[in-house]
Amino acid sequence: MKTARNTRFFEGFQDGIPIGLGYLSVSFTFGMMAVTAGMPVWAAIAISMTNLTSAGQFAGLSMITASAGYLEMALAQLIINLRYALMSISLSQRLEKWVKTPDRMGISFGITDEVFAVASTKEYKVDGRYMGGLMLAPYFGWTLGTVLGAVAGELLPPSVQSALGIAIYGMFLAIVVPPAKKSLPVFVVLLLAVTLSCLFRFVPALTGVSEGFVIIICAGLAALCGAILFPEKEGEQ
Amino acid sequence: MNQETWRLIGYILVMAGVTYAIRALPLTLFRKNITNVYIRSFLKYIPYAVLGAMTLPAIFFSTDSVISAIIGLAVAAVLAYREKSLLTVAAAACGAVFLAERLLPLVF
Repeated sequence: MKTARNTRFFEGFQDGIPIGLGYLSVSFTFGMMAVTAGMPVWAAIAISMTNLTSAGQFAGLSMITASAGYLEMALAQLIINLRYALMSISLSQRLEKWVKTPDRMGISFGITDEVFAVASTKEYKVDGRYMGGLMLAPYFGWTLGTVLGAVAGELLPPSVQSALGIAIYGMFLAIVVPPAKKSLPVFVVLLLAVTLSCLFRFVPALTGVSEGFVIIICAGLAALCGAILFPEKEGEQ
Repeated sequence: MNQETWRLIGYILVMAGVTYAIRALPLTLFRKNITNVYIRSFLKYIPYAVLGAMTLPAIFFSTDSVISAIIGLAVAAVLAYREKSLLTVAAAACGAVFLAERLLPLVF
């Protein structure tokens, strides 16, 4: 039993490594931007260590720079990060039922787009051990990247930064392509989501919508169409 | 501590508090299994939809040039289709981008 649980922790840790690597370059950018915007190094690091979210942090940074009010900040964070509530509900269905409240509270802290995606596409129901392992590298990568970005400015040569920028998307492809190959519903949902998000990027009338909303709208619509077209009963895979 | 420090701490607490609440409330409060077929299906499809929406078109602008990104995307897509591990696919995409950005200027 003990070995099985340790294995799960290690498996989670392994699954988290590409996420952590991907986060390095994003949080590096955040650290650099924060310090350039006049924020002290400690504050940039504190934000990364307590928030662990890219879109929310970048938006927060620009609002701090603009001296926004606390209520405005709270609303902006709510809207931008609303997708986490959706992911959290979805993940609650993929979590072993016996996972206790303290564990759930710990797991909640580390729910990011990527952590959620990996955890919820796992072939088995995940528990606190797996989630703890999974969150380790992303948290470390996110913090380390912020520290490096804030303290050292341009430590990574631009060539390496550029190459690391694609890491996270490569990983996403590795997650979605195999199931899309085997399941027509997943393929259709994926195609819809991609088409919609391209529309938001390239159709002039739609480009004003913020990144957080684009993801909510595209993913929501695509999954909704999927649920209507291909409702799946329990046990069917 | 001066006023500016306190102001920053206030911002950080608001950001962290709101973000955590959004993540924690559904996960701690939702215990029972959802039985509605449509909601279940929706929740099953949502991660793929999120990943799809996040990957395209963002991947094209994730590196220094769209061309190197397309090369990275192609390499990642082929390896992902062959069901290689997450780390392999991610690392190969980075390697392809790095090489492409070194080699392409020599060709053009």
